[in-house]
Amino acid sequence: MEHIVTDMGCNASIDDREESKSEKAIKAAVLIQKWYRSRRARLEISRRYSLSIFQSIEYADEQDQAQLASFFTFMLERYASPDAVADTSISPSVSHEVDSYLTEYENIEVPDSYCGPRLSFPLTLADANALLHAFKNGQLLHAHYVLKLLCETRRVLKEKPNINLVSVSYSKEITICGDLHGNLDDLFLIFYKNGLPSEKKPYVFNGDFVDRGQNSMEILIILFAFLLIYPNDVHLNRGNHEDYVINLRYGFSNEVLRKYKVHAKVILYLLQDVFSWLPLATIINKKVLILHGGISDTTDLNFLYLLERNKLKSLMRPPKPEREEQGKEGAPTARPSTCAANEHVAGKTRRLSSSGFTELSCPNSQSGPTLKEWKQVMDILWSDPRMQNGCLPNKRRGGGCYFGPDTTARLFERYNLKLLIRSHEFKREGYELTHGGKVITIFSASNYYEEGSNKGAYIRLNPDLIPHFVQYQVRECTDKQNYLERMKTIERSALQILREKIFAHRSTLTEAFEKYDCDNTGNISVSDWAAAMESVLCLELPWRTLLSHLAKTDPDGKVDYMSCFHNMEIAQSTEEVQPALVETLCKYRKELEVIFNIMDEDHSGLISFDEFRKTWRIFSSHLGIDAYDASIDKLAQSIDYNKDDYIDFSEFLEAFHVVHKRDKKPT
Amino acid sequence: MKAATARQGGGRRDGCAWQPRPGRRPRPSAAAPRGPPGTVPPGAAVERGPLRHGSPWRRRGAAAMAEQEGNGEDGAVAEIEKKIIEAFEVFDHECNKTVDVREIGSIVRSLGCFPTEAELHELLAKVEEEEEPTGYVHLEKFLPVMTKVLLDRSYRPIPEDVLLHAFEALDENKCGYLTKDELVKHMTEEGEPFTEEEMEEMLSNGLDPETNTVHYRDYISMMIVEEPEDLPQ
Repeated sequence: MEHIVTDMGCNASIDDREESKSEKAIKAAVLIQKWYRSRRARLEISRRYSLSIFQSIEYADEQDQAQLASFFTFMLERYASPDAVADTSISPSVSHEVDSYLTEYENIEVPDSYCGPRLSFPLTLADANALLHAFKNGQLLHAHYVLKLLCETRRVLKEKPNINLVSVSYSKEITICGDLHGNLDDLFLIFYKNGLPSEKKPYVFNGDFVDRGQNSMEILIILFAFLLIYPNDVHLNRGNHEDYVINLRYGFSNEVLRKYKVHAKVILYLLQDVFSWLPLATIINKKVLILHGGISDTTDLNFLYLLERNKLKSLMRPPKPEREEQGKEGAPTARPSTCAANEHVAGKTRRLSSSGFTELSCPNSQSGPTLKEWKQVMDILWSDPRMQNGCLPNKRRGGGCYFGPDTTARLFERYNLKLLIRSHEFKREGYELTHGGKVITIFSASNYYEEGSNKGAYIRLNPDLIPHFVQYQVRECTDKQNYLERMKTIERSALQILREKIFAHRSTLTEAFEKYDCDNTGNISVSDWAAAMESVLCLELPWRTLLSHLAKTDPDGKVDYMSCFHNMEIAQSTEEVQPALVETLCKYRKELEVIFNIMDEDHSGLISFDEFRKTWRIFSSHLGIDAYDASIDKLAQSIDYNKDDYIDFSEFLEAFHVVHKRDKKPT
Repeated sequence: MKAATARQGGGRRDGCAWQPRPGRRPRPSAAAPRGPPGTVPPGAAVERGPLRHGSPWRRRGAAAMAEQEGNGEDGAVAEIEKKIIEAFEVFDHECNKTVDVREIGSIVRSLGCFPTEAELHELLAKVEEEEEPTGYVHLEKFLPVMTKVLLDRSYRPIPEDVLLHAFEALDENKCGYLTKDELVKHMTEEGEPFTEEEMEEMLSNGLDPETNTVHYRDYISMMIVEEPEDLPQ
């Protein structure tokens, strides 16, 4: 390492000047270098905590979905079942219902004006190429073909066992991809780098094909097409997002509704069934276990192999224990409890309430899944590995477990395995090894949270079962942003969603702050502030590091806690409306979007005032919060721009988007 | 729809079998974020082991520990300790109160300090004392040293004008900019040389591609406006 040249003593004058000039240059270089490195390290930290923010909030969200699942399913079945009649409860798990929709495609005509791909069954590579080409050009596959494809896919999937047993012989490698989450560009990039699936190029896709990205439908179509063409060489594992309840909230249902409109319902309905027929895992050469989430200390591969997987339409509806009173929602003991603070939220205890709507006729306990079956599948689709030994309920996700290296070791010993490949968790580099290299996480959705947030990766596994990782990242052609700008974008995005969370919990946070502020000065110590934030939000974030972005501190270093809220407000000024109501609407903005989409039968983007009020009442009673009847009316009126008793719900939802005061556009 | 830009040869790094670094003592400043290693052939001796499971921020009660140990009267010290612990935990992937020695530089810098590489080495020497370097640093050892650094306000940030003078010192012709070649030469050959990655990044932020020069005054202004999201204090 270079040492800075120090004073060299006296020399001839010319030498003096030259030396001191180079000495100066070296000093200057060192200064610039140390400055730059510090800047860079701080950018790195900001990137890390931004990704932490995204991830914590995402998982906290997922937890919420489990809570709201029964409410959403009720809404779905009341409004969105293909032959839904209000007050009739149709259970989607009764198979004869599905059969009657399988041939629905015959009733759908393809107009001559349609210039997208026209598939001919049985599919061939030409069809697959036509699909790839069409999707690259932004075309949609006509509903007729989508339904036919789903019908055929179901037929093929039904033949498969719960666990695919695959042999990779000496001449072949097998490619394993992780979460794609609707990122079509990533799939194209994988195919470009690695080649299309074929007998010579087998693939395993490890779940989470849909939700969050813009092209979940297209990804499914492509994967299903290749499955039909090469049924012995393309292997699909179910992920936790192959679940209609999750899809309601995370965008896939919306995507289908938007793209297929009047045919969307049948498509979604069939997909419920198709998803439940996806195999649960794949084992390669009896040594490499590939599944979406992870394992638990009770994972029993033989049991998993034998259960009837299609009974589990959604994992968000755990089966009721056998002896159960009608009308009471029993929480299965297998579900981990959420963060304690959530339960204590003043006046807003989350309890699943059956008041206000009739509980669905539960699936017959003979034909429904058992609790054991449910837990076994839940574990393999939702669990995450962690470094410490032991196997604990996964409280971050609200389902599955955290499994330690000892759990992995025991499973390997029991089943004579060598490697576990799973996905389910975002990884900045697209992959990560843990448990001494025995467990690999593979994540194939690049730029998952934000442009530049992460790489994607896939694995090529050779017959010696040594994994070879290939990374990639989709870049916009016109991407002019440099590293610094991209990091700033990520940070800004992360802070935005964090602020929304903070705003949505304003009253609880204020209460918590005030507890520490005995003298009512409006200021509390940094420690107290951080403790309050964590106790309410339960996000396990580095609050001290984030402090300067979130609140003001006074010269003594104390936090002016109300300044957390000063720079935030909602997009639409609603001064006359109860602040508590506004807060609640912000908090449940995403959930409301789901509800509206379900209710919007004719896809007009409008729902009637009455319907909205009724639904809000049911929703709030389900959550155990006050309904604020009069306030809701006032609020809706203020947003009813056309004054015609219909609410444009996307405008309504936009209004409850939390913005930074500086970003707010003048109305 | 985005066009899938498959750069020839693929993404940033085509994963190939990662070679363990040769056995010299690595530099303490982990300027380059490291990716996880690729293949781990059975029986192969991998120098540092695969990058450990990166968990999201977890406060393993270390802050609580500081709470108990921290001096009740000197709340400021306790606060500083908590801040250090928080930063430490970012890099503590195994949640066992140790970090890879290569990350110490990032931790120190993330706490607002601007040490040179030489200064980091000194700091590390204090942390490790006479012990054999294991490649890992324990929080217990790091905390007191770092607390002193923050209390003494060592390695202070560099004022804008000082930074400007530094660039001017390199600008022999006093024309207000440095050519790409000049900058690269100084940064990669003198002082505490940049790695290729560091150089590339600095250029991506500061270089005007049309003239192939860095107008350092503008560059400094751009970089100094660090955290626009910060609330005015």
